[in-house]
Amino acid sequence: MAVDPEAQFHVLAVDDSLIDRKLIERLLKTSSYQVTTVDSGSKALELLGLSEDQHISSPSSPDKNEIEVNLIITDYCMPGMTGYDLLKKIKGSSSLKDIPVVIMSSENVPSRIDRCLEGGAEEFFLKPLQLSDLIRLRPYMLKGGKLKEQQQHHHHHPSPPHQETNGAISSSSSSSSSNTSRSNKRKAMDEEGLSPEKTRPRFSGSSLALASYQETT
Amino acid sequence: MELGSLQRRYIDFTSALFREGFLDNQYTQLQQLQDESNPEFVLEVVTLFFEDSEKLLNELSRTLDQQVVDFKKVDAHVHQLKGSSASIGAQRVKNVCMAFRNCCEERNQEGCLRWLQQVRQEYFLVKSKLETLFRLEKQILAAGGSVPVLCFLWPTHVETLSV
Repeated sequence: MAVDPEAQFHVLAVDDSLIDRKLIERLLKTSSYQVTTVDSGSKALELLGLSEDQHISSPSSPDKNEIEVNLIITDYCMPGMTGYDLLKKIKGSSSLKDIPVVIMSSENVPSRIDRCLEGGAEEFFLKPLQLSDLIRLRPYMLKGGKLKEQQQHHHHHPSPPHQETNGAISSSSSSSSSNTSRSNKRKAMDEEGLSPEKTRPRFSGSSLALASYQETT
Repeated sequence: MELGSLQRRYIDFTSALFREGFLDNQYTQLQQLQDESNPEFVLEVVTLFFEDSEKLLNELSRTLDQQVVDFKKVDAHVHQLKGSSASIGAQRVKNVCMAFRNCCEERNQEGCLRWLQQVRQEYFLVKSKLETLFRLEKQILAAGGSVPVLCFLWPTHVETLSV
């Protein structure tokens, strides 16, 4: 398949929750990714040209609607096929195994995180996803799409920027960008001891301040 | 009501919502995702939350009303409600869901029924608060003004910005 140098980075998002699909779509589009959302692992496989009980994708047939996907982000807890099941299917497919897979979960369970990372997931995010979390997807953006040929140089994660230009976002990303690669993925586990749901700061209402007046058109 | 006092009212009301824990930072995230290309984003997502939650609450009533309660089903519903409330920043609803799930694990029907009542209460509370919020926004826009945006700052770096 020819790689269109002008193609946007295409993310396939899998989540059974309509609200979360809407959220992730908006998050990704805001960051200029092209997004396709599906509500199940089996729909995802269908889209990728892999049927559930196959390990090889069928040769291109005229009625098959295969799409080029640069990254898959999937919820862990889904009825039927879980995000982990989907991960294994993708990593077990010769045609799809190189697509990076990222898993999200609302639950911070260290054994679950471990299992997913060992199963081949590149990252593990805690839900709900935030704009600051998307920084962690940027390394994969460089690998896919137009720079595909150069990707095998050095598997090196650039350190994420510590400041965003947007004032509101910078405060939430500066604490979570303190590390890269593996330690970053462990973040959810390591911080478990601190407080229940901390991979990013939660602020009390007392530090609420007025930022700006939203301009209407 | 004149624009200035509408905006002040909005600020006070919103601050209270955050201070009292009805909403958390995730709601602010939603607001940040709204722009001219998606001017109704928050309203759309919150509306979905309302529809989804009311369906779930009804299902929960039904499931807990059975002679033999399917606690797995109850847990699945509460898990879903917990997820969606977390996604829009409805903090108190989310917290009650977390406690509710513990009761499910213990297979305690009476306890679950009590938690259902609690979650229902919290849900309708936050629903009415959000509806008030949206109403205030509409009034401000109708009066030709802009809706104040509040954001969280680091506790150690509270900045006073001029209104």
